[in-house]
Amino acid sequence: MTASNPMLDHTLQDPPKLPFEPLIQKNAVITEARWVRRSLTAAALIFLLGFLLLPLISVFVEALRNGIGAYFDAIVEEDALAAIKLTMTVSLIAVPLNVVFGVTAAWAITKHSFRFKQLLITLIDLPFSVSPVVSGLIYVLIFGAQGWAGPWLMAHDIKILFAVPGIVLATIFVTFPFVARELIPLMQAQGTDDEQAALSLGANGWQVFWRVTIPNIRWGLLYGVLLCNARAMGEFGAVSVVSGHIRGLTNTMPLHVEILYNEYNFSAAFAVASLLAMLALLTLGLKSLLEWRHGEELAATRKH
Amino acid sequence: MTALSAAPDLPVKSLKHRSVMPGFGLSLGFTVFYLCLIVLIPLAGVFLKTADLGWGGIWHVVSSPRVDAALRLSFGAAAIAATLNAIFGLLVAWVFVRYDFFGKKLLDATIDLPFALPTAVAGIALTALYSGNGWVGQYLEPLGIKVAFTPLGVIVAMTFIGLPFVVRTVQPVLEEAEKELEEAAASLGATRWQTIMRVILPAILPALLTGYALSFARAVGEYGSVIFIAGNLPMKSEIAPLLIIIKLEEFDYAGATAVAATMLVISFLMLLVINLLQGWSRSRSGAKK
Repeated sequence: MTASNPMLDHTLQDPPKLPFEPLIQKNAVITEARWVRRSLTAAALIFLLGFLLLPLISVFVEALRNGIGAYFDAIVEEDALAAIKLTMTVSLIAVPLNVVFGVTAAWAITKHSFRFKQLLITLIDLPFSVSPVVSGLIYVLIFGAQGWAGPWLMAHDIKILFAVPGIVLATIFVTFPFVARELIPLMQAQGTDDEQAALSLGANGWQVFWRVTIPNIRWGLLYGVLLCNARAMGEFGAVSVVSGHIRGLTNTMPLHVEILYNEYNFSAAFAVASLLAMLALLTLGLKSLLEWRHGEELAATRKH
Repeated sequence: MTALSAAPDLPVKSLKHRSVMPGFGLSLGFTVFYLCLIVLIPLAGVFLKTADLGWGGIWHVVSSPRVDAALRLSFGAAAIAATLNAIFGLLVAWVFVRYDFFGKKLLDATIDLPFALPTAVAGIALTALYSGNGWVGQYLEPLGIKVAFTPLGVIVAMTFIGLPFVVRTVQPVLEEAEKELEEAAASLGATRWQTIMRVILPAILPALLTGYALSFARAVGEYGSVIFIAGNLPMKSEIAPLLIIIKLEEFDYAGATAVAATMLVISFLMLLVINLLQGWSRSRSGAKK
């Protein structure tokens, strides 16, 4: 081994002389020296643990700082329960609507060919590139007191902004592309052969959709629903703009965390935050499970 | 149902090619309707409102010292965060694709944590960690490094939320990279370092730039994870999205829209530049992907 320049260890001029490490010897020309591999791996792991995992751990530690009793008190407190209920309600409305949209859009885009298809796909992705705050702003411009529809809504006593409908709208906007963008690459890869076979055997459109397409895309659909739901429940910026922060009425869980935190009620803030962190962990767990179990079927989806 | 299965007879047939697949009119119609209702019409509102203001009005808002400082901070911090993400994201992607180690599968799932963790939760957790008495902050403070409630905190939060974008765009490209090319380079006498710089890096550069762009765009617009750690001092650590909210709370819709439109336009221009760079590096390296 040339100790002077370890980078040259495994090049052809200097063939590997490490018979006790057969694995490395086999791929020696297309990998790095052992110390390089070890230090790169260590650097990546330290970064991941220290930078990504530490915040997650700190959520739970901070939440339990004042004991398990205080933790549960913060969660079953009236406003916290109202926030949990509102978050559930909003995501129960927003996610199904986006699922219907996502499946329909993916059907139109992948099972048919038409002009302006690429433009349509770009427009569907648009909400991803808009700041959450701007996503909220657009609804304030329409429904706000000085917005276009504001005076009319006020005259008819319809509340959209600073009420549940506004929160639902903003949530639908920010989670808009999730299901569609999971399904489009998947259904594109699957093509229309299965559907055409069913049609030629006499099935009608709806039968083909429910009996052929849906079973084909179920795991990809579940994957999209999972991500869509995580974002819907966790959305902060867009909802913050349209909610009005009325305790017990228009406060979702993330907004409740903010209010508690700004009141210096840290352990309560972290207690509610820990529920959201558990949701994130559950989402990641189910997502990985889907990837391991049904990786083949999701293969087209994963590369985004 | 007959109308659905008889696709060629649909009135929209000029828009599409003939096909036996049913449901074109219904599915495309609903898609476009929902898209317009939720996304396009509301977004058009921003531009209508901006047009109301005119160039003079926008300039008046944007050139005010506070807005100017906020825009500089948002874009500057986002550029630094995206650069950090490109470096660390490449490192993480490389290690996960090329090396084997204990717990790899489990750790791979945690890379997506910033996607899954609600931004408000990430925000308060990062603040707790990096404040003067936090787990990390207590070691940095004696060194004279203040993270929480400074622009540095903004960069930390933006780096946290942007990391998966780089890893998840580079990873698949690295996985599919042909090892034969590296073997060929080695057999022609290239050192490992030369192979990495001249064979591997050009192949993954477009993906790396895409990851950079995505992470940059996300960081510029990010609100939830940043506002807790930023401290939000006007002129110092106040980000542009927060300024939009402050203006809305003052019922200054025009001002809020001007800031939002400026952000949208600058982001769009920067993404355009990165797209051009990407096209250039793609054509230069002759890569397929």
